[in-house]
Amino acid sequence: MSVISAYARALAVQTGRAQPVATVRHVHLSATPMVFIPLKLAGEAAAPLAALVGTDPANPRLLVVPQPRNRDLRFAFMAELADVMLPYVESFAGVTETVEAKTPYERSSDAPQLLVPNRGGIAFTKLLGRSTRFRRADGPYPVHPSVPVLGQWLTFLAERAEYAGSSALVAMTEVLALHWATGQSPMEDANLATQLAWIAPPAGQNGPEAALAAEDPLTSPPAGPETHPDFDGQVLDHAIRAYETSNSPAQVREALRTQLEPTWTLMWQAVRLLRELPEAATVDARWAKDRDQFTRETARLADGGFPRGRIDGAVSAAIRLADLESALQTYEAQRAFDDPLVMTEHRVAGKAFSGEVVAVDATRRIVPPGKTRAAPRPLVTIRTSDPVRLSPGKRLSSSRNRKQKTEIVSIARDLVVIQINDQMGRGSTPAPGSVPEVGEIVCYAELDPSGGQRPRLPSGEDTPWTHGGPPAPYVPTDEDAQEAWS
Amino acid sequence: MIALTPEQAAADATAAILADFTGGPHRGVIVDSPPGAGKTTLVVTAATTLADSGERLMIVAQTNEQVDDLTDKLASKAPGLSIGRLHSDGFSVPSRVTRHPGVTTSNKIDQVEACTVVIATADKWAYVSERTWPWAIVDEAYQMRSDKLLAIAALFDRALFVGDPGQLDPFSVVDTERWAGLAWDPMQSAVAVIGRLNDLPVHRLPVSWRLPASAAPLVSEAFYPFAPFRSGTAAADRELKLATAGFPVAWDRTLNEAAATGWALHELPNRHTIRTDAEAVQACAGLATRLLQRGAVAHDENDTHPVSPDRIAIGCAHNDQVAAIRAAGVPAGITVDTANRLQGREYDVTIVLHPLSGRRDATAFHLESGRLCVLTSRHRHACIVVARAGIAELLDNHPSTGRVQLNVPVKFPDGWEANHAVLAHLSDHRVQA
Amino acid sequence: MTRLDTLRGPAAPLDHNARTIAALAVNPGCDRRALLDAAGIDKQKTATHLGYPAPFGQSPFAITRAKSFDALVKANGCAHLLRLLRHTLGLSISEASYSDISDVGGNDNHQVRHTRTRALLKRAATDGEGAGTLFDHPLLKLGVAGHQVYLEPAIIAFQIEGRFHVVEIKSFAVIDDQADAGQVAAAARQSAVYVYALRALFASEGLDPDRVSHDVVLVCPKDFANHPTATLLDVRQQLAALDRQLSRLTRIDRILDELPVGITFDIETQSPDEASKAVSTVDARFAPECLASCEMALFCRAEARDSGSTDMLGRTARDELGGVESIPTALGLADGSRSASPEQTEIAEQLRYVRRIYTEAVA
Repeated sequence: MSVISAYARALAVQTGRAQPVATVRHVHLSATPMVFIPLKLAGEAAAPLAALVGTDPANPRLLVVPQPRNRDLRFAFMAELADVMLPYVESFAGVTETVEAKTPYERSSDAPQLLVPNRGGIAFTKLLGRSTRFRRADGPYPVHPSVPVLGQWLTFLAERAEYAGSSALVAMTEVLALHWATGQSPMEDANLATQLAWIAPPAGQNGPEAALAAEDPLTSPPAGPETHPDFDGQVLDHAIRAYETSNSPAQVREALRTQLEPTWTLMWQAVRLLRELPEAATVDARWAKDRDQFTRETARLADGGFPRGRIDGAVSAAIRLADLESALQTYEAQRAFDDPLVMTEHRVAGKAFSGEVVAVDATRRIVPPGKTRAAPRPLVTIRTSDPVRLSPGKRLSSSRNRKQKTEIVSIARDLVVIQINDQMGRGSTPAPGSVPEVGEIVCYAELDPSGGQRPRLPSGEDTPWTHGGPPAPYVPTDEDAQEAWS
Repeated sequence: MIALTPEQAAADATAAILADFTGGPHRGVIVDSPPGAGKTTLVVTAATTLADSGERLMIVAQTNEQVDDLTDKLASKAPGLSIGRLHSDGFSVPSRVTRHPGVTTSNKIDQVEACTVVIATADKWAYVSERTWPWAIVDEAYQMRSDKLLAIAALFDRALFVGDPGQLDPFSVVDTERWAGLAWDPMQSAVAVIGRLNDLPVHRLPVSWRLPASAAPLVSEAFYPFAPFRSGTAAADRELKLATAGFPVAWDRTLNEAAATGWALHELPNRHTIRTDAEAVQACAGLATRLLQRGAVAHDENDTHPVSPDRIAIGCAHNDQVAAIRAAGVPAGITVDTANRLQGREYDVTIVLHPLSGRRDATAFHLESGRLCVLTSRHRHACIVVARAGIAELLDNHPSTGRVQLNVPVKFPDGWEANHAVLAHLSDHRVQA
Repeated sequence: MTRLDTLRGPAAPLDHNARTIAALAVNPGCDRRALLDAAGIDKQKTATHLGYPAPFGQSPFAITRAKSFDALVKANGCAHLLRLLRHTLGLSISEASYSDISDVGGNDNHQVRHTRTRALLKRAATDGEGAGTLFDHPLLKLGVAGHQVYLEPAIIAFQIEGRFHVVEIKSFAVIDDQADAGQVAAAARQSAVYVYALRALFASEGLDPDRVSHDVVLVCPKDFANHPTATLLDVRQQLAALDRQLSRLTRIDRILDELPVGITFDIETQSPDEASKAVSTVDARFAPECLASCEMALFCRAEARDSGSTDMLGRTARDELGGVESIPTALGLADGSRSASPEQTEIAEQLRYVRRIYTEAVA
């Protein structure tokens, strides 16, 4: 949290309503997202209890495991979930577009988007994927063939969720927190009902009143995946026993429906609120990456791809870390350049500044270090009232041209002099518009949207002795398929 | 058993390290080197020993500054040695390196691979391929992230890994627990990973030649609980004298305490403040200025010299504090930097803005022992800590609710314990401002 | 009648257990909690009486699961456990034995069971015989704030090299060698209490406390099945923290000294209003983290909200606001309606700047 968001929260307390911390929407919102609200059985690793899922707010599909300890009923639940999710996921595989690149390739025009209430929902999705992707439709412990396929897709989505800026699998409380500061603490914001109460209280109530009311588990059951212990003890326990004697799941279904429906309403309310925000400039570019990954995974599975291994090898871990860092760096930079309200956080920290250009030396040419010929290196002087905490030599990017590299020459009181190093065309003088003009308001930041270069790493088979040598190649076995789920 | 002198102890340790590295059965040898223990000397000695036997070797350091320092020292020690300094495109190699006739510099490996010793940063080595060296020395291996080692391990057969386990760990901006507990966790240091996956000998350099007798015991106990070391000098070997008597004001009383004992805690009144606490910032800048004004002279086992600005450093935890201190007016030539950037550097006198000063609560970041270790182990003569009162209370109130991951070796010292030990020691040197 | 007894009123003090002792470390800076815990006051009942019942509770499914996993691990003379200990601890003997301490001829009195525990452990430690023994249902004792507390670890294992290990059985899963870090931390803190008590027992019997290992054996279900797996957990840092917390308890007098004479938190004789006033005389140190760990949290949160304390926004927010204690103050400094005291000059300047650029950007 920065002092900007702390201030916004304080304002929220004073006004009784959540305050914006973004002016545009930084997350892609699909035309038809799928809302998925899973519930799990208390005390178990990944025992699904129920779920409400669907793309139509008026038509949720309720799935229930009436005796959550029964292995067969669990796999039946997963098969039913596959019946809902797989057609949705696979519907995007058919329509592609051609991407202009050095070697043009085909990419899905759209991709699935799964919305879960909170971080726990993402973790549970990951666990469901883990517990099903190794199953087989044949062999000693067969399951319905759609179950391992669903497992692979759930795993794919959960892995995408680790990358900053990805919108494939999204936790609603986190997305809302990106755009609004409530008058409660971030920890309390993890409760979707209270968070929304601050952002959009019902008529006649203010934020704190609505949030307090939303803490009542009878009107706002937990968004999951955990259920409320009182519900477990007073309602669910009896309902499950009723199923065991009567063999009718009706009571369990009704009980769990009451726990899920209020969250379903909240999720779609949140979707509507987010749709009201204009989309940020680079959302499309990041969604394109999600679509790239989706296209690849579709092809991989069509090729009979094995389920992803349980743990990363040394090389794949290092590659993943580099990719995660690159994604985060790009995302932080893009968000700030897309949104002046997000940029204020960097300005307060002294890592960015905004101000008016007071002088420009556009014709300046010097011989850059390490080169032999002179090249244009204009100097721009900016007056700013921001508390700049950068030093000469620091590389900056600018909001008017994110690809343009600049560096700080000097800072003296409220005047910052920067040098422009590229993106000026090939001529001996800068191309028109490539250099700011006196009077322009500009913003420079120590943020790099390019994401840096991926380091050179050996292949997995060449993992060196320092990191334990090459890992044994993965071959799925009967043991994986029979991994108990009890 | 006769007690060894520091010189003997250090010589024995070095001999054992070289014997193990050059003649032992292991592919790697790890050397724990506390602050100022002669790590660079060890690297230079190991390099010249190998070169003298006709071997080719590569040296890996983490930053360009470290590479240039090593090259300079190696070339000075062995002027006849052919050394290749490999650098990235556009990098300007400083004169302290280019002045040596035995050093060849280039951004292309084929221009330098014929040299007996080739030295570059880990990042640059990652772009070298299809070549191997029988020997490698990896400097600052505890500060090197293990994915960087992964990128270059195919370049050598056997390696000596040297580093300081007490200083700051490598880190990532990404906050993930995906690999927690995994032996080859890419976020862990190179030494942590290689040590977990291979049975390698670990040696220790037992003497700090930098830290005075007034500092070595504290730093050793607080930050190196399982790898103690001693000072290479006795109390009588070093002296810091101020030419003027000073006034009976707080800054001067603090400087007097520091000169007399090697430590001082310049304590400001208890208050919760923003990070760039103006009073604390002023105190840091003011103490540095006053130190120069009072004509400090340092006497040690090598020589006697005035403490010039380049022998003074002000260290703190955050970049905005660095900027604020500089803006408060620090005499030219005095270093002001964060702990991250002070790693590996040495001064006569340091002034430290305590990472917990002015805080009500502490996070793991602020309590991190590596940070405090770097800040309190840069000095040859005296270290002055500027802090608001209230840190003892903060430590006392600190909740122990940290997360614990399975299969992750517990790291010592615990940040809380280290902070507590340092504060307890500093309270004996308190000057109230 | 001590001051703590007066504070508590006529109710009997709550029994401590390993979990509550471990919880002492959760918010040491909170005087209110320190007093309530030291006096053995039932925080849940108090919170309810004050009108702010705590939303804690355990699901019957979780309880059942924990019990059945525990039973599974210990079944057949701890067959699973022995297998795991052979693998994890290198208990390299062909036979291991099992001793159920609760089998004291029908007499399950605490004192009797504790005495038997001491005797058996002492014999094992001095004779060296019975190596490879698992002691089931041991009962340890620990002095906490002047009271003796009985503690029951799951198992104490005696290993061939003469060392004793505490074994903790927990029903959260270890999946692909990883487990929830919050739950592992809680297990570590709890088992540290057992290690601590066992070491105290050894010391009092003239045995070397270091023979009790700082490595606890944590037994959990592996992946998605009921099959147990064991991991060694180094609890040295938790032991050090526990030591600090226990010695802090002895300084409760400092807080008591500042209270009005005769003050009581008693809920049986006082109305909610009176009790509320009494509790409010002791400062709390509220942070949102309290909501997950302390039964009084909702009461203290309401207090923080009513006074407009920046605490309600969380520790980080408060820190970012430069230590300013109240939200109206922070906002007043930002819009200039409140003049800054000398200590507030810097944060006021920053807040004015923050307000300016925030307002500009939102417009």
